[in-house]
Amino acid sequence: MSEPSTEADVMIRFEDVVKRFGDNVVLDELNFTVAPGEFVTLIGPSGSGKTTILRLLMTLEQVSGGKIHVGGECLTHVRRGDRLVPADEKHQRQVRKRIGMVFQQFNLFPNMKVLQNLTEGPIRSLGLPRAEAEARAHELLELVGLTDKVNAHPTQLSGGQQQRVAIARALAMRPDVLLLDEVTSALDPELVAGVLALLKDIANTTDITFLCVTHEMGFARDVSDRVMMFDQGQIVEDAVPDKLFSEPDHERTRAFLSAVLERG
Amino acid sequence: MNWDWNFFWDVFPDVVSDGLLITFEATVYGSVIAYLLGLVLALLRRSPVRIVRGVTWAFIEFIRSTPLLVQIFFLFFVLPDIGLKFDPLTTGVIAIGLHYATYAAEVYRAGIEAVPVGQWEAATALSLPRARTWRAVILPQAIPRVLPALGNYTISMLKETPLLLTIGVLDIAGAAFQEGSERFRYLEPITVAGILFLVLSYSASLLVRWLERRVGTVH
Repeated sequence: MSEPSTEADVMIRFEDVVKRFGDNVVLDELNFTVAPGEFVTLIGPSGSGKTTILRLLMTLEQVSGGKIHVGGECLTHVRRGDRLVPADEKHQRQVRKRIGMVFQQFNLFPNMKVLQNLTEGPIRSLGLPRAEAEARAHELLELVGLTDKVNAHPTQLSGGQQQRVAIARALAMRPDVLLLDEVTSALDPELVAGVLALLKDIANTTDITFLCVTHEMGFARDVSDRVMMFDQGQIVEDAVPDKLFSEPDHERTRAFLSAVLERG
Repeated sequence: MNWDWNFFWDVFPDVVSDGLLITFEATVYGSVIAYLLGLVLALLRRSPVRIVRGVTWAFIEFIRSTPLLVQIFFLFFVLPDIGLKFDPLTTGVIAIGLHYATYAAEVYRAGIEAVPVGQWEAATALSLPRARTWRAVILPQAIPRVLPALGNYTISMLKETPLLLTIGVLDIAGAAFQEGSERFRYLEPITVAGILFLVLSYSASLLVRWLERRVGTVH
């Protein structure tokens, strides 16, 4: 893997990252980088470690080995004297404020109205004044087309609407990096296209760096700058979408794509 | 033994006026202590500090595996020796509240564990401080679900108040005994006590059932 010339060219860097659950090695000395503003899609069979990569970045899991850097800061380790030690919760909270995540199951807070779902993070974690957080929330609801739902409870919304609110909630934190974890997998088929169109719009109009796990190959081909094919915790192939989807170098990629396309 | 209606109507108002308020106070204050302390214990059980978790676990298990009556005696006879002197009712309320706090802690635990893990993950993704996650996300979802279970413990506490008789606090049952001992006739006063407990706990159980319908249960 080629090393970029300076750290400024890199938003995310995985350095020999290992993740084990018990004896099960999910990620095996994984190395890759993502440039600022890049939209990178991770594809591969289930259990290949794609979602684990997102969860490590969001600090929902901790690495078993190796280092992760985000925006020039080390997420997984801190320097203490002349030694690197595993980062504590406080350090991780600081670094992960630059990262947002949208989940498969939306995970909106059902005890809060839509507006509070959007203002909770900016007020409590970024320390924004309430008025500013609410103004930002209204802007984002306009972006996702749900201005009329500002006082609704999440349970009153359809799956597609909930996922739009969840996207707005992640954007309200003004993240440098947005992680998308199979964000359309739990949606009814007729709601998928709308959510994907919204994400494409956001990707095209912001300089957010995206890391996306999806089974929507058309979407992946359409919006990605790069696609990484995973199998058994390792990158099989890393290429621009046209290359990877049309003439993949590896038999494993070909087999996976034909299986997915047959199913779809 | 024959039933004496005159005596029954004679002691009824006395048992109510002497005992009802004490039963009520012991139950309500005991519940307040149990609910608040139970929540604190449930949170300490999840402390990131291992020793805190361990000590809390041991405390809960110890209280749950010893009889309430023994705990009442302990607080009443032993605490004054180390300089903690309370009046008997306060001692009784503390004993009942402490005892049921350990049961309430288990109820809260179940409620907290029933909150989907995705809620924790969303709070992490928004970098919410841990205290804020508990206060604004987890507990508002966990507590409504456990209110019926907590209500059932209040009904149990109501029925345990006669134990306070042993340290000289006269609740409904205590008042009935006193009335009986004055006339050497226990049938009518004890019946009065039974009727009062039945009315109190049945109406409380109706309240709990109404709560269950409103919020659903943990299961």
